[in-house]
Amino acid sequence: MSAQGTQPLIHARNLTKRYGATKALDGVSFDIEAGRIVGLIGPNGAGKTTALKAILGLTDFEGELSVLGFDPRKQRTELMEQVCFIADVAVLPRWIRVREAIEFVGGVHPRFSLEKCQAFLAHTKITSGMRVRELSKGMIVQLHLALVMAIDAKLLVLDEPTLGLDILYRKSFYESLLADYFDENKTIIVTTHQVEEVEHILTDLMFVRDGSIVLAASMDEVGDRYAEVMVNPDQTEAARALKPLNERQIFGKSIFLFDGVERSRLAALGELHKPSIADLFVATMKGTYA
Amino acid sequence: MNKLPLLLKREYWEHRGGFLWAPVWITGAILILTVLGIISAEVFRGNAHVQIGFSLDELRRSISAEDIAKAANGLDIVQLVFAGIASVGLFFVTFFYLLGALYDDRRDRSVLFWKSLPISDTATVASKALTAMFVMPVIVLAVATLAYLAFLVLVSVWIGAHGLNPLPAVLGSHPIGMVLRLIAMLPVSALWALPTIGWLLFWSAYVRSKPFLWAVLLPVVALIANAWLGALGAPHFGGELHLAGILGRLLFSVMPASWAGADGISVGREHLSFNMNDDHVVSALDPSHVYGLLATPNLWIGVIAGLLLLAGAVMLRQRRVETSV
Repeated sequence: MSAQGTQPLIHARNLTKRYGATKALDGVSFDIEAGRIVGLIGPNGAGKTTALKAILGLTDFEGELSVLGFDPRKQRTELMEQVCFIADVAVLPRWIRVREAIEFVGGVHPRFSLEKCQAFLAHTKITSGMRVRELSKGMIVQLHLALVMAIDAKLLVLDEPTLGLDILYRKSFYESLLADYFDENKTIIVTTHQVEEVEHILTDLMFVRDGSIVLAASMDEVGDRYAEVMVNPDQTEAARALKPLNERQIFGKSIFLFDGVERSRLAALGELHKPSIADLFVATMKGTYA
Repeated sequence: MNKLPLLLKREYWEHRGGFLWAPVWITGAILILTVLGIISAEVFRGNAHVQIGFSLDELRRSISAEDIAKAANGLDIVQLVFAGIASVGLFFVTFFYLLGALYDDRRDRSVLFWKSLPISDTATVASKALTAMFVMPVIVLAVATLAYLAFLVLVSVWIGAHGLNPLPAVLGSHPIGMVLRLIAMLPVSALWALPTIGWLLFWSAYVRSKPFLWAVLLPVVALIANAWLGALGAPHFGGELHLAGILGRLLFSVMPASWAGADGISVGREHLSFNMNDDHVVSALDPSHVYGLLATPNLWIGVIAGLLLLAGAVMLRQRRVETSV
């Protein structure tokens, strides 16, 4: 993924983090370029949140990590001037009033735009005198998004940002993010369980399992590498011979998922299409909870 | 450090109830008691009037210059009482504020929001210590002073309504001098409080649950264990190294003017143990006496211990993010 000669936005080598005997991260290495939207996807306990915490300087770890040229362990304050972070909706302090939150973030962040923040809030039902504890979950995430989108940060980290929200808030969350925030100078890393709703906005994909990265590719590469074929019963043996990643049944036909098999050979077996990330995810994580 | 004023403001926003409203209610309660006292005095006086023919003219004639001086001194004492009672409330508010300061946001995970902003852990811990050292005492002093002024107005109106002139007594008292002396005490009190501030913030940053148990029970258990060892004749702290004194310093130094009664601080104790007949209450709080505390090792050992504990709190704040992990 990495372009020649330029320093990637995030550069990680051999990241390891132990909690007692278990390894939340087991020698993970990756690079993330500027201007990408990276989905960090994995089952519960795979190490996604630990990786994000390492990037944000919220946890100790072994290995080498540079984020925007900073060491998150030692330069968290400088780093956070360029980085924004939304964990799930519960983290805004419940006692704070909307206007206090705006004044505080505006006061400590050198790159905060009050106009942008107010313009975004004008589209919501949130008013400046409200306390966070009076807001619904959906409104809290709107407020957090308004605070974050008003900051001209280089990196935005989202950890399950839409957890527990209804579909209307989830949709508008990602729409605002794409329409009003994202541009080629910004980078977004997002972890989520709702793979379907981020699938069309991602530029890169990273699957994490048991503290390791099992797949790291751009969405274009994913489209090139993986293919799903709907195979008639008489062809299933031939399909199995090509070592599919996964096989499932729908309406009496078998659907096979292949990694890196030539298109021409697959086309002979049946109808080809692009696999959804959810299907790819399920195939890759087979046996995780077994 | 241009973010510091905003960090202090943040503490005030979160704890407005304890910082502002607690002293307002406490001093307000004294004022209400004053009004109740005036009313019952009126009722009593009414009865007395019927029985013995109480005459205000007589009372007016009998007031001497000495009486006025005593009344003025009494007013000074009342002003101190207002500040003193509000300070007792301040102790409890400060104690629990510090215990929760680095713990509550970890428990409800809002620490993740605060840590997503470009604020160093040192600045965060410093803002909490400075809040306890200066912001809270200044607010309490301001509220107590305003309440005392309200008391003056109330009592003056009452006395005036009976044809007596309250002005000589009020002019003979020292409200401004008293406030200035109380303000002058603040820096000394703040330095004196540092070991407790450090101790409470340290445990607030350390624990995964129940900061009160750690911060309070640990010293108590240490004390009992030490006494037990002593009773068994085993090696223990005794004599010169006074364990109870040390632990008391760790827990109770945030009590405003607690240094006045501390062991070995005879300077403060002598001059603060004024009696009610003392004509010059104000002189007991003379800065030259109060600042004598700066010459005692007790104060400076406490300051060093407090700063070390605060440094520990900063280190813990960097590492311990959520209580669940």
